Amino acid sequence: MEWLMYILLGFLVICAIAVSFSKNLLNSLLIFMSYSLVMSIIWILLESPDLAITEAAVGAGVTSVLFFVTLKKIHAIDEEK
Amino acid sequence: MSKLKDKKIYEKTWAYKFFRWYRGEKDPFLGEVEMKQGESLEENVPMEEIAREKRDLIEKAYDIEHNKEIKVFKKFYGVLSVLFCLALTFVLLLMVSYSPKTGKPGNPNENEVSARYIESGLQETGAVNIVTGMILDYRAFDTLGESHVLFIATITVFILLRIDKDEKGKEKDREEANDRNYEPKNDAILQMAATVLVPLIIIFGIYVILNGHISPGGGFSGGAIIGAGLILYLNAFGFAKTERFFTEKTYKIICFFSLSFYCLAKSYSFYMGANHLESGIPLGTPGAILSSGLILPLNICVGLVVACTMYAFYALFRKGGF
Repeated sequence: MEWLMYILLGFLVICAIAVSFSKNLLNSLLIFMSYSLVMSIIWILLESPDLAITEAAVGAGVTSVLFFVTLKKIHAIDEEK
Repeated sequence: MSKLKDKKIYEKTWAYKFFRWYRGEKDPFLGEVEMKQGESLEENVPMEEIAREKRDLIEKAYDIEHNKEIKVFKKFYGVLSVLFCLALTFVLLLMVSYSPKTGKPGNPNENEVSARYIESGLQETGAVNIVTGMILDYRAFDTLGESHVLFIATITVFILLRIDKDEKGKEKDREEANDRNYEPKNDAILQMAATVLVPLIIIFGIYVILNGHISPGGGFSGGAIIGAGLILYLNAFGFAKTERFFTEKTYKIICFFSLSFYCLAKSYSFYMGANHLESGIPLGTPGAILSSGLILPLNICVGLVVACTMYAFYALFRKGGF
């Protein structure tokens, strides 16, 4: 199980760096979502399922949806582009 | 009115002024604190000249190719921000390297508090899930603060993003702010998926809330799941459908009753606990749904507040009202 943990942690670091280097805001948002999902898997491996449920619902779900709405309001994700 | 003093002396006292203010005869701040119109220094300068000066200033300041200061600032800004980030990372990693290794017996978090939670948590709170027992019984005051933070956050967003109605009672036609003008979209795939998923999501959320003291989960996670389900429903079917059961009034009523029930219930148990009295709330058999005293109703309260908050955030962002 150790190697799976290391793979996931490495994925977290890659995600965190990729969010700040991605030029497209929509892409960085999707990366942010995947970061939260990986984080919730890590919570399960660390034996705290309570946090995992919250992380999946809030981090990957509601926060990202709010970000999507905000990006749409400021016209950062236009379909023509 | 004082009868001991002369009228003229009395008029000078503080009490006289206070009672005059109290009766509303004179506002001591009226005419005192308002900003007075200062004498203009440049009375004879015409408006066009002022406007031209302003424009020149802006053009000069934002002329990046010829403005040396901006160039220097931009270079310094880039270098310094990278340096700052590196320094912050370094400091944080240094702190992590100093912290003790996870799971060692001598760690500072292995004190009598956590030992007490683990040993007698089940006995004292009646909750099989120790985490819920902790956050809704031992540390219930923190959770009360968190629920209030959510409520205050919604109110703040409401103040910032609200769309007012104009005099005729119609909502202002600000198309950018109000996504409702594009409703309903009637996307067949989304609606089909939502009909299947939304009931499952909401039932799962209710299960997580009601089983908070037995299995992993609790008010916050369950509420977030229900909120996500409501948002999906809203996206698929539009505001007209959700407004049948969820409006501003519903939000107010639910939040008011949940938060005040939480306050009263916890005040009761804190009062009894501080005075070493029996609270009289049965703990029940651990593992049963109706057990662990106040935890189940408090879980429901927190779950309702969180679900409403999630939905309200989304609705406020989308159309400036709910």
